[in-house]
Amino acid sequence: MPGTRAITEGLFVIEGDGPRLLAGRCAACGKLHFPAAPVCPYCGADGALETRVGPAARLCLYTAVLSRPPGYRGEVPYGFGVAELEGGLRVIARLTESRLERLRPGLALSLVVEPLCTDDDGTAVLSYAFRPEEA
Amino acid sequence: MRPVYVAGVGLHPFGRFAEKSLTALGTHAVRAALADAGVERGGFGAAFCGSVYGGVAAGHKVLTALGLSGVPIVNVEAGCASGGAALALGATAVASGRHDVVLAFGLEKMPRGIIRSSFFEPWREEAGLAATPAYFALRAQRLMLESDVRLEDLARVSAKNHLHGVANPYAMYRKALSVEEILASPVVCEPLRLLMLCAPNEGAAAVVLSAGPTPVRVAAAALRSHHAGSVLGEHTPLSGLADDGVPTPTEMAAADAYAEAGLGPGDLHLVELQDTDAAREILSAEELGLCAKRGGGRWVRDGGGEMASRLPVNPSGGLLSKGEPLGASALGQIAELTWQLRGAAGPRQVPGAQVALAHTVGRGANACVVILIADPRPGLGSGRTARVPPGG
Repeated sequence: MPGTRAITEGLFVIEGDGPRLLAGRCAACGKLHFPAAPVCPYCGADGALETRVGPAARLCLYTAVLSRPPGYRGEVPYGFGVAELEGGLRVIARLTESRLERLRPGLALSLVVEPLCTDDDGTAVLSYAFRPEEA
Repeated sequence: MRPVYVAGVGLHPFGRFAEKSLTALGTHAVRAALADAGVERGGFGAAFCGSVYGGVAAGHKVLTALGLSGVPIVNVEAGCASGGAALALGATAVASGRHDVVLAFGLEKMPRGIIRSSFFEPWREEAGLAATPAYFALRAQRLMLESDVRLEDLARVSAKNHLHGVANPYAMYRKALSVEEILASPVVCEPLRLLMLCAPNEGAAAVVLSAGPTPVRVAAAALRSHHAGSVLGEHTPLSGLADDGVPTPTEMAAADAYAEAGLGPGDLHLVELQDTDAAREILSAEELGLCAKRGGGRWVRDGGGEMASRLPVNPSGGLLSKGEPLGASALGQIAELTWQLRGAAGPRQVPGAQVALAHTVGRGANACVVILIADPRPGLGSGRTARVPPGG
């Protein structure tokens, strides 16, 4: 029975009430970054702590990708945008909605983890995206 | 530090040349620049070659093919600013007194389609996060949300540059396009239409720099990379999606260049700037101080950058007309501006051009700003501060 795998390790976890992104919080300057890294990319301090953020987010910028970019393994078209999470962390991400008339700046989003594609052996590859909250 | 001059420039046209190797493009531009400078074999002390997709020892292959190797050859990669980085290194080598004459050149044969870039980790590509035009689209949307830039303004920028490009025999596209045609072209990533985006392509450019005076002086060559925080929390460096209040690479390079040259945007007579897409031109104009911050929409609607305006922008047709061979594009700007400052730009000539600025910015994120001045009295004085009458 084929299982599932994350597109790469260390990006997200699934908790009881929804998924979370694995961000880093710098012990020195307090800023959040994603994906979590051992060195703060803002101030260069060592010892950033892993912190879980989401699933609530807000849409900042968005567009739709209509043709397949190099290496992409999912379906087209897809939404593409900048989402802001708690703590002011802004990430570039795929959006589950590519119909632009259904998107607007400031729209409430939820982080989701869902199958993006399937490996040759049938394993579903999970990735993260943001889904608009129902109006 | 001593003054640095442009002794010669050479270009291979930008376009698609399936029958020519990358090295052949480079040798064409290098020979043209050396001939323009009157530099013989053994006449330059070092060479700096910009390329992104050129592979191992791209610059060495060109100079070896011409029997000109033996000098130090440094290959430089800095995304869209690669040629600018090569020029900045060369200018420093001359200014410092290390070499009297150096060669800076750039060459590229870009892959077709949406460009694959090792900048992105494999998982980002698989997840659809390597969609380069989509980043440009987000930047354009941000410009439109935060100021009064409208879709028609983007089309007008593209129409202007395509009109300029008609007169440029080195450009890939030499056809005037109407605002309506541009707006009606296929959507690539909303709001950007196909004819609002430059085409990755092929080409080469070369510049000979010298300590010996010529009519065109390099008044500044500044290179900067992004500050932490100017690239989103995720650290996907892309100029134009900056966190609030963090200066962009272009703003920093422009400040350095204006200070080095001892002048400001009001002193410029013409500008070649990064117009990867039409919104990038507007953002570049704002970041270089050619118009007010968030005033780019008004600037376009008032005819800013047109040949008849006070400050023509991209008289060569810009990347929108020429296409963008990454390693060559910045030095292509230097060739254009040198011809302009010599009064030798033919139908593209900006009358009375004496002070010119070149700007490239790209992935990394990095930016290069070069200021060239027509030196009315070459050979007189050295290291003097530029004294330029305000632009009229």
